[in-house]
Amino acid sequence: MDILDTIKEQIQSNSILLYMKGSPNQPQCGFSAQTVQALMACGERFAYVDVLSNPDVRANLPKYANWPTFPQLWISGELIGGCDIVTEMHASGELQTLVKEAAAAQSAS
Amino acid sequence: MSVEEQIREQLTAGLVPVHLEVANESHMHSVPPNSETHFRVVVVSDAFAGKRQVARHQQVYGLLAAQLEGPVHALALHTYSPGEWQERENSAPTSPDCLGGSKATSPEAQA
Repeated sequence: MDILDTIKEQIQSNSILLYMKGSPNQPQCGFSAQTVQALMACGERFAYVDVLSNPDVRANLPKYANWPTFPQLWISGELIGGCDIVTEMHASGELQTLVKEAAAAQSAS
Repeated sequence: MSVEEQIREQLTAGLVPVHLEVANESHMHSVPPNSETHFRVVVVSDAFAGKRQVARHQQVYGLLAAQLEGPVHALALHTYSPGEWQERENSAPTSPDCLGGSKATSPEAQA
């Protein structure tokens, strides 16, 4: 499959998806680690892609997303943002609401 | 011109900020001394009013496309409208510690 098709499929089929460096248990970057912490605090299951072990995704997603860096959080097919945005949304409570809604929508479908 | 100065110049021209901080945080990461790879930027501009955060960051990335394709590896961004900045009492969050390379300190990162 073309790498862009792979990326689109990942984004479409996972309502909560984090592109990050490393894994949630072993993040390889402080920005990825902080984003995972905020997301895990929401208490819902989420999918992740380690861009360090998927160099094709790392090379092609930034252009598709119009977003040059990692991590990237995608919810319900939409780019939410990177570490700074996710952290601020977690602090304000917006992230929990968004994550709960996405999880509910996925389990209902 | 240093990368820091380029960032300052691009953002000043593109956003006419009422407040702008550009800090080189490369020393916090596993890169050679005097590197210009990791930056933290705080921008307060009328241009952000009524826009979602993701759109604001994309606007900044657009202005700094040349730097991001070149030397800049990480860009911590804090974007506010003047009203939001006032509500935050003129302060933005700090950056997390690095976990990669020689700066890895947590047991998880070293595994």
